Amino acid sequence: MSLESPAIAAARGKIGPGTIDAEIHNVVPSSEALFPYLTRHWRETITQTLFKGVADASFPRGAPTTTRPGVTRAEGQPAASTLDQIKADILDRGVAGGILTCFYAVDSLRNPDAAIALSRAANDWQIAEWLEKEPRLRGSLVVPSQLPREAAREIERVGDHPGFVQVLLPVRSHLPYGNRIHHEMFEAIARKHLVVGLHFGGHPGNPPTPSGWPSYFVEEYVDMAGVFASQMTSMITEGLFDEFPALHVAMLESGFTWIPAHLWRFDKEWRNLRRLVPWVRRPPSAYVREHFRVTVQPLDAPRDPQQMVDLVDQLESEEMLMYGSDYPHLHLRDPEADLLAYLTPGHAARVRGDNARTLYRL
Amino acid sequence: MVVTAPGSRAVAGRPVRPALIDCDHHNELDSDADLYPYLSARWLAHAKSHGLRGAAGGMYPRFMPHREDARPPSGRKSGTDARHTVRHFIEPQNVAYAVLIPLNPSASQLNLDFGSALATAVNDWQVAEWLDVDSRFRASITVAFEDPVGAVAEIEHRARDKRFVQVQFSGRPQEPMGRRKYWPIYEACARHGLHVFSHAFGSYGQPITGTGWPSYYVEEHVGPAQAVQAQVTSLVFEGVFDRFPIKFVSVENGFAWLPSLCWRMDSAYRLLKSEVPHLKHEPSEYVRGHVYASTQPMEEPNRPRYFHKMIEQFGDLFDHIMFASDYPHWDYDDPDQALPVNLPHAIQQKIYFDNAARLYNLA
Repeated sequence: MSLESPAIAAARGKIGPGTIDAEIHNVVPSSEALFPYLTRHWRETITQTLFKGVADASFPRGAPTTTRPGVTRAEGQPAASTLDQIKADILDRGVAGGILTCFYAVDSLRNPDAAIALSRAANDWQIAEWLEKEPRLRGSLVVPSQLPREAAREIERVGDHPGFVQVLLPVRSHLPYGNRIHHEMFEAIARKHLVVGLHFGGHPGNPPTPSGWPSYFVEEYVDMAGVFASQMTSMITEGLFDEFPALHVAMLESGFTWIPAHLWRFDKEWRNLRRLVPWVRRPPSAYVREHFRVTVQPLDAPRDPQQMVDLVDQLESEEMLMYGSDYPHLHLRDPEADLLAYLTPGHAARVRGDNARTLYRL
Repeated sequence: MVVTAPGSRAVAGRPVRPALIDCDHHNELDSDADLYPYLSARWLAHAKSHGLRGAAGGMYPRFMPHREDARPPSGRKSGTDARHTVRHFIEPQNVAYAVLIPLNPSASQLNLDFGSALATAVNDWQVAEWLDVDSRFRASITVAFEDPVGAVAEIEHRARDKRFVQVQFSGRPQEPMGRRKYWPIYEACARHGLHVFSHAFGSYGQPITGTGWPSYYVEEHVGPAQAVQAQVTSLVFEGVFDRFPIKFVSVENGFAWLPSLCWRMDSAYRLLKSEVPHLKHEPSEYVRGHVYASTQPMEEPNRPRYFHKMIEQFGDLFDHIMFASDYPHWDYDDPDQALPVNLPHAIQQKIYFDNAARLYNLA
């Protein structure tokens, strides 16, 4: 089977100059929307039993963070669930191209067969209804990350489609991603030259803090930076990048102002304890600068713009930050006014597009 | 300028360096048997027949032994002998006060009654073998905080002894520290002017991350900064500081994370304040009013200017940062070498003495 139509293949690679939006959510509107891509068994199960598909608690539906005002609505469809909506709100507004981040909660499914079936369906839906129709967009694979071997199989199945540039993993997992249990999945990601997109949220069933379940979503939202930090610690300490030197991680919706302080501590602990992990031969901060990229939202900015400039300086790399709108989610800060305006023109251009072009080989 | 606080003294033959207050000083148990003299017959029999039981598999093993040079002549574990600690650390380092933090198994016991009995024993042991030995020691009340009823009883029993200055939580209680399960403890603290602190590590079975157990000790040792941020976040958003005029002290978690946590909490609050209408102020205001942190393990940026910039980020909040050595643990911060940059004397005076003196009322 040809992975994509000749016309779209010819058009792909022609993303013009300008801004790349590295985080655009394309939302699976309902389980029914995937029916054309599901077997009769799963169509019947969803229709006739109480199983209705994935859980979705990462973003409370009505919360102010979930849908920003002014988002184009299609009749009877959730925000960001059709290509026309994203064209109107992103691509027709001066953005040259972007990365779709379909954060579809297959990790919430305890039934492995359901997780596999819905992952496949979501990817086939993305190919047919997004990637085949719009050459300015690239996509992120949906995989059952709780079943690393099955995730590897799905990456093997569709990872060669030139529209896919990334595998999306929820930042909350059963075990940290450096753990060897995930090895086959990362091996497949590396072999297909895909990027690891580590995204806010997830449904592993274990609490998002080291001290149990918080009461409020606002806490979970704040605490998620700590989960990103723990994944960063795990992936570097457990040798993921020594095993797969070409692997890159894009942290999506993680915030970045916590990174310098985290690396000061991490580098210090590495100096103290490196003999316990001799494969980690460089300071962790060197791994981060080489292997990690991060989208700018949520900006979590200090009030003093000079402190914002200092923080970006402390990343010690002009290659790490990528513009990402996190559409259709709401953030209060405007990256242009609150970040890019303070950077050198060259650095700002990298954040607007060059860093994403390099990472995703656009 | 040499600052000499009451109770501190010069050591013959050495230049007198400014007195300091050590906010994380460990008094160690050589083994659980050290507590046997302080247990009732009922609980002594229990300890001997059933032993101590926490969550199986719920702790990452500590790979690194204590400082060997701190071992007392008896050969017992480092940090187990108050008189040796005074000779080896308190005197030569010109420590005006050392705030004792006894890491102990009482709060991790699955049997809550036994946990409370152990906590009482730990506190009696602290009085007899530490506080009564040297007037420079201050102590932390150990409580079995997963049983707030038992914990409050212990606080009420202990609070008359003003040498106890705060109440101890581990790094990872069963629930985030702001949850109302723990409010009776904070109410008791407020009643007696005691602070609440969380010391890194120790759990009721939870891993050090919000995403499962790590494989290596390095990860375990990077993690406390994430754990304590979850505690501060919980205390702030649950409204604990509006209800109880207590101070929260973060111990052995470093401190460079505090500014970015404030920015993140404030920005999340602006978006989601409809979920927490009980809050009266922005999150960072609660931090400024109530949250303190001790230094060890001191963050060491690879460029000195970053440390100076970090102090700028703190602003007034730097008045909440207090020196801690973590004596006699392996990752001890030496008072003379811990700071990665040369700071003006006035700032050093705040970190090494004044900020803690004000918080703990140690004039």
